[in-house]
Amino acid sequence: MEKTLSSVIIKKEWDIVGARQAGRKIAIDLGFGSVDQARITTAISELARNIYLYAKHGEITFEKVYGVRKVGIKIIASDRGPGIREISSVMKDGYSTSGGLGAGLPGVKRLMDEFDIQSDDHGTKVTVIKWARQ
Amino acid sequence: MEFKEIVLEHSDTVVERWLNQLDNGALNEYSSTISHEMIEQINREFADLIILSLKSDAKNLKELDEFAEKIVNLGWPFGYITEGLQQFRSISIRFILEKTNKESKSFFIEVMDGVNKWIDPLKVRLLNEYSSNWNNIISLQKMALEELSAPLIPVMDEITIMPLVGMIDTDRAKMIMENLLNGVVKQRTDVVLIDITGVPVVDTMVAHHIIQAAEAVRLLGATCILVGIRPEIAQTIVNLGIDLSQFQTKSSLQKGFQTALQITGKSIHSDNQEQEDIEAIIGAIEKE
Repeated sequence: MEKTLSSVIIKKEWDIVGARQAGRKIAIDLGFGSVDQARITTAISELARNIYLYAKHGEITFEKVYGVRKVGIKIIASDRGPGIREISSVMKDGYSTSGGLGAGLPGVKRLMDEFDIQSDDHGTKVTVIKWARQ
Repeated sequence: MEFKEIVLEHSDTVVERWLNQLDNGALNEYSSTISHEMIEQINREFADLIILSLKSDAKNLKELDEFAEKIVNLGWPFGYITEGLQQFRSISIRFILEKTNKESKSFFIEVMDGVNKWIDPLKVRLLNEYSSNWNNIISLQKMALEELSAPLIPVMDEITIMPLVGMIDTDRAKMIMENLLNGVVKQRTDVVLIDITGVPVVDTMVAHHIIQAAEAVRLLGATCILVGIRPEIAQTIVNLGIDLSQFQTKSSLQKGFQTALQITGKSIHSDNQEQEDIEAIIGAIEKE
């Protein structure tokens, strides 16, 4: 069972803040603690910044997901950018094409509980889930 | 131009109808905060303005600019102006048709074109003025934000603090770097404390900018200490795998300041209650 809670369009750098705030609000509503809130907002920040830097235009969608006796937040970052050619390299620490730290996507994977990435010439879709500890 | 005269001649009736039909839909979500009298007063002014603009040329009316500015200052939405003018347009067309009693299609089009000819320039002028006022406010706020952006506070000889508050975007990161390096040279700083207590999220980009700034400070021969790292931020930094081991970090400004005193070979003395006084001074600094 899944429910879309909201989505934020990423076009400008300031939209990253909007996405972050929307995500934080949902995380608070779902009962995440302050450390998990920080993890979730940081992950959103990374995903949104990737969209802004590499695809220019995309969207972050938030869903509420239900597991066996647990709830969680599902964050989907999708864009129609050029796609990622070598997914295995971007998932390695220290790989960056933009001169950054190269910790973005592997970092997001470590911050969240579940992580999935799909990418081709028509765009990239990153789906992550964080479960609330009950 | 005889249509205009029909409206002007019966301007009281037209305005009365306009005021009655105006439901100010655009103001609905604000209506709890705006008093009824206020809305009525502005509606009156709006009506007077429209009539005034019919009498003279809408292109050079100072009152239009003033009115648009007033709406912006009140914080009322764009929709208030467009709705009002649209309402006035349809009332005028209906009123003219009533008065003239002609019912051919071509006459109707003639009336519509005539009315559009005086409403459209009015609308363009008001909306241009509204948006330029709005842009002006935004650019002023941006300037104010930039001024708040990255202050460098000298607290003692050789010790400087840079408190960072709010989101760090690319522009701000550049400014932080510039202010930091200029300040270090100008104030002959040995130790800079960068306080990130007020930074809500430290992602890889923010960390990257801070690391670069610290590295640049190190090249100038000064030391950079990162302070104000909250426990949840520490955890996310570890999760992200960001390496901050090149420079010192402290949980609070107080601890960072004590380290800075040690590095510069300073200590704070007082005749009595030594410990309390240190805390009082540091407390005062923290409030800045």
